[in-house]
Amino acid sequence: MTTLKVPIGPEDHIQGDDQAGCTLVEYGDYECPHCGRAHAIVKRVQKHFAKRLRFVFRNFPLNQIHPDAEMAAESAEFAGAHGKFWEMHDLLFENQDRLGAALLQELAKKLNLPFADLQKALEQGTYRDRVRADFSGGVRSGVNGTPTFFINGQRHDGPFEYADLVEVIEQALATSHT
Amino acid sequence: MPSILPAGTSAPEFRLPVTHDQKLSLSELRGNPVILAFYPADWSPVCGDQMALYNEILPEFQKYGAELLGISVDGVWCHEAFAKDRNLHFPLLADFEPKGEIARAYGAYRKDDGISERALFVIDRNGIIAWSYCSPIGVNPGADGILQALDELPK
Repeated sequence: MTTLKVPIGPEDHIQGDDQAGCTLVEYGDYECPHCGRAHAIVKRVQKHFAKRLRFVFRNFPLNQIHPDAEMAAESAEFAGAHGKFWEMHDLLFENQDRLGAALLQELAKKLNLPFADLQKALEQGTYRDRVRADFSGGVRSGVNGTPTFFINGQRHDGPFEYADLVEVIEQALATSHT
Repeated sequence: MPSILPAGTSAPEFRLPVTHDQKLSLSELRGNPVILAFYPADWSPVCGDQMALYNEILPEFQKYGAELLGISVDGVWCHEAFAKDRNLHFPLLADFEPKGEIARAYGAYRKDDGISERALFVIDRNGIIAWSYCSPIGVNPGADGILQALDELPK
């Protein structure tokens, strides 16, 4: 069984209750179409489980096939440093077919983030190490593509349609109560 | 599933084409750890497939001085087109003629399908298999096992 090697910590982007019975971790890439599809599914899953589920997103940009993925990941981290990670995260996935400098400018404006600072952070690679750290941890944990999900620390190898995720999370919740 | 060569076995030598005018043999890489990744075929239709993933992880492998070699029964022109399309930065070996000969030598050939398994071998500096793993054909094994095996090689 492949397990998550990097525990959830204060550095993570977390949605939901620390006391939730189940934690869903996603390693994803903003340019990956499968992740784009999973984004909407995860939203529904979060809504369904509400307080019983905690969600964590970590970066796994496949830069060799997705040339804008790194820039997107670093932009989300930049937004995170300004307390707006999830807002940027959602907007990047919702607009993933338009990733690029023009979109980033538009999103920065929308979120009231200083675009000049974002540009500077991207040029200087301010958040590159952060993204690399997510990636390396993912590799060590057996992330084998994007998206890769971990449910209470176990890699989820099956399909990730809404019904599939609901089923495995229900199982994890049932186990965590015993 | 055939049984692949286990740890402790001497890695069978090969000399295979890596491009239409270049060949590579295992013994040329003696002195460095070698990751030999058998996979069923070029052009698998998923994002972040096994070879694309290893391409991303290449810098991590290089920290160990390890050489990564992909190997399948596809021919050199197919490999060249695939590597170019996916921007791969490591060699793909063509186990093409006699077909699957090297996969057979490593116990990683699927005779009924005419392709190799998704089998991974970490070969130490002296040409001995330090770790091997055969993944179910539909499951991308990731790289955690490879990195752990590289960690455990004598320094």
